Amino acid sequence: MEKQSDLLLDIQHLHTAYRLQGKFYDAADDINITLKRDEILSVVGESGCGKSTIAASIIGLYDHKNTKVTGDILYNELNLVGLNENLFNKIRGNKIGMIFQDPLASLNPLMRVGDQVAETLYYHTDMNEKERHARVIELFNQVGMPKPEETYAMYPFELSGGLRQRIVIAMAIACKPEVIIADEPTTALDVTIQAQILDLLEDIQKQSHSGIILITHDLGVVAETADQVAVMYAGQVVEKADVKTIFEHPLHPYTRSLLNSMPQSEDEEEDLHVIHGTVPSLKNMPREGDRFAARIPWIPASAHEKEPVMHEIDPGHWVRCTCWKTFHFEDDEASGE
Amino acid sequence: MWKTVLRRILIMIPQLIILSILVFFLAKMMPGDPFSGLIGPNTDPKQLEALKRQAGLYDPVPVQYAHWLKNLFKGDLGISYIQHVPVTSLIADRAVNTFWLALITTIITYCVAIPLGVTAGRHQDEWQDQAVQIFNYITFAVPPFVFYILGIWLFGFTLGWFPISGSVSPNASGFFGTIGSQIYHIILPACLVALISTTSIVQYLRTGIVDNKVEDYVRTAHSKGVPDNVVFSKHILRNSLLPIASSFGSVIAGLLSGSMIVESVFSYPGMGKLFLDSIGQRDYSTLTALILIFGVLTLLGNLLSDIIMSIVDPRIRIK
Repeated sequence: MEKQSDLLLDIQHLHTAYRLQGKFYDAADDINITLKRDEILSVVGESGCGKSTIAASIIGLYDHKNTKVTGDILYNELNLVGLNENLFNKIRGNKIGMIFQDPLASLNPLMRVGDQVAETLYYHTDMNEKERHARVIELFNQVGMPKPEETYAMYPFELSGGLRQRIVIAMAIACKPEVIIADEPTTALDVTIQAQILDLLEDIQKQSHSGIILITHDLGVVAETADQVAVMYAGQVVEKADVKTIFEHPLHPYTRSLLNSMPQSEDEEEDLHVIHGTVPSLKNMPREGDRFAARIPWIPASAHEKEPVMHEIDPGHWVRCTCWKTFHFEDDEASGE
Repeated sequence: MWKTVLRRILIMIPQLIILSILVFFLAKMMPGDPFSGLIGPNTDPKQLEALKRQAGLYDPVPVQYAHWLKNLFKGDLGISYIQHVPVTSLIADRAVNTFWLALITTIITYCVAIPLGVTAGRHQDEWQDQAVQIFNYITFAVPPFVFYILGIWLFGFTLGWFPISGSVSPNASGFFGTIGSQIYHIILPACLVALISTTSIVQYLRTGIVDNKVEDYVRTAHSKGVPDNVVFSKHILRNSLLPIASSFGSVIAGLLSGSMIVESVFSYPGMGKLFLDSIGQRDYSTLTALILIFGVLTLLGNLLSDIIMSIVDPRIRIK
């Protein structure tokens, strides 16, 4: 049994809809996920599956005119959905930190990086200028910046991609937030730097006992860092489990297809699996039946549920639809006959 | 940063030399000569020839150029052929008038343009933005002189609020009386010029705000919990002001050298009007001096722009 306070984020029936030509379309459709303390939850899926939509909904950063968010996002029993902007600003950067994909674009090009980190402290702490400066240097040390003092007065364009991402991370953790949302934090970086940044995130999580939501499309990143995994397809979570289960006993056809399309160094001869088709666009997303059915056409329609729901197969292992029971890859079928 | 400035100033030297050669030859190529207007039926052609020779018009061109350049460094721009006073003093009086006109125009321009641009950018596609856009289209499309004439008719003639010509009232006395009268004469033309020069600044600012609003770093600022209005002033607006800061130098140079139309319409004794008058009178020496001054002003304006840029944008500082 977990203590209640270990639950940091409880997202229930989250619907985030964007307005396209006057009509609202759900980009995140009935999302139910939780984030616990000391946990890295990875949200994984192809582009356009609604991963970043979830991040934007949690931290309340979306175009309020053209976005409709319903459902509950409970942070320590405080519902973030529809929260007053002034109250939300007390939480953003303070209790919930955010790390973005492109570290160059996400830093103000005309502001010294140290000042950008100090800005977070200015709004959430009582520190004076000197204390803020000292705290920024401390943070720079924590995120492994070489020469923190010199870096303080530098501009983003003077730093390499990896160092910029360290600045963004320093900014996100400046106030020791309980929840850190990292939206594709390594996608824009070199492979060697990626590993360093992921290690850094893990270290931070261990030190601060925070919970991290790690959004990525890279299963390698998931395997390396995540504790819990939520696989998303077309705005829905299709499979939820701990990382070991996802990699060892994946059930949902989408999860299995994703894993199968990952390069494995042992079989150099083998061709990579390609998932048919693409993620449907927001406007053309099927709203009835199994959304992944169109990309596995060799599976008979009768295998899918009419209104696929999440089933708990094993404790903590949730799968949408029943089609996983009869699912097989197309090539397997050919060889079987 | 000082290296950038120094380097930028050094680049200006060849520019100035080329400018002086261009100006000199342009002036030489103009038809007519200073004595054209003096020829009457009784003029003795021999005497005219002697005068021309004395003025140096038959010297080899390089000699004329060297002569002109030498005098230039002594601050001697020659003597106006028409008004028979040193060009330097002729221009000096007018330059002061133009300077005040340009200064007040600049102040009004930025005081109007920045709030308009901010309003339009902040309320993109809303009625405030559309109102500003309509204003902008009109001021951009209608020729400036139409505004000047309408302005004179409405505020000068019909309402009688402002004087419609000159730079100072002949009845003005005392230091403050004179200054007051000068400002009073400047307000109407300055407002009308500002009406037109706001257009590009408003447009730059609006576009900058609209573009910057959706930048990732703005989202980052929001994610830090920075209040909306601070995100706007500290991140969006500040970065959107860059193109405006960079155009500041050329706007000033343009106002100092390009007020010909407004000065003519208002009979305002500035450099622009002097320039037009000099063309009409074929006043070589004055014309050459003015073109040179306008050219130098443009170069200085660009220099100022570049220096401002190197102060406000760390990315373009030369290492």
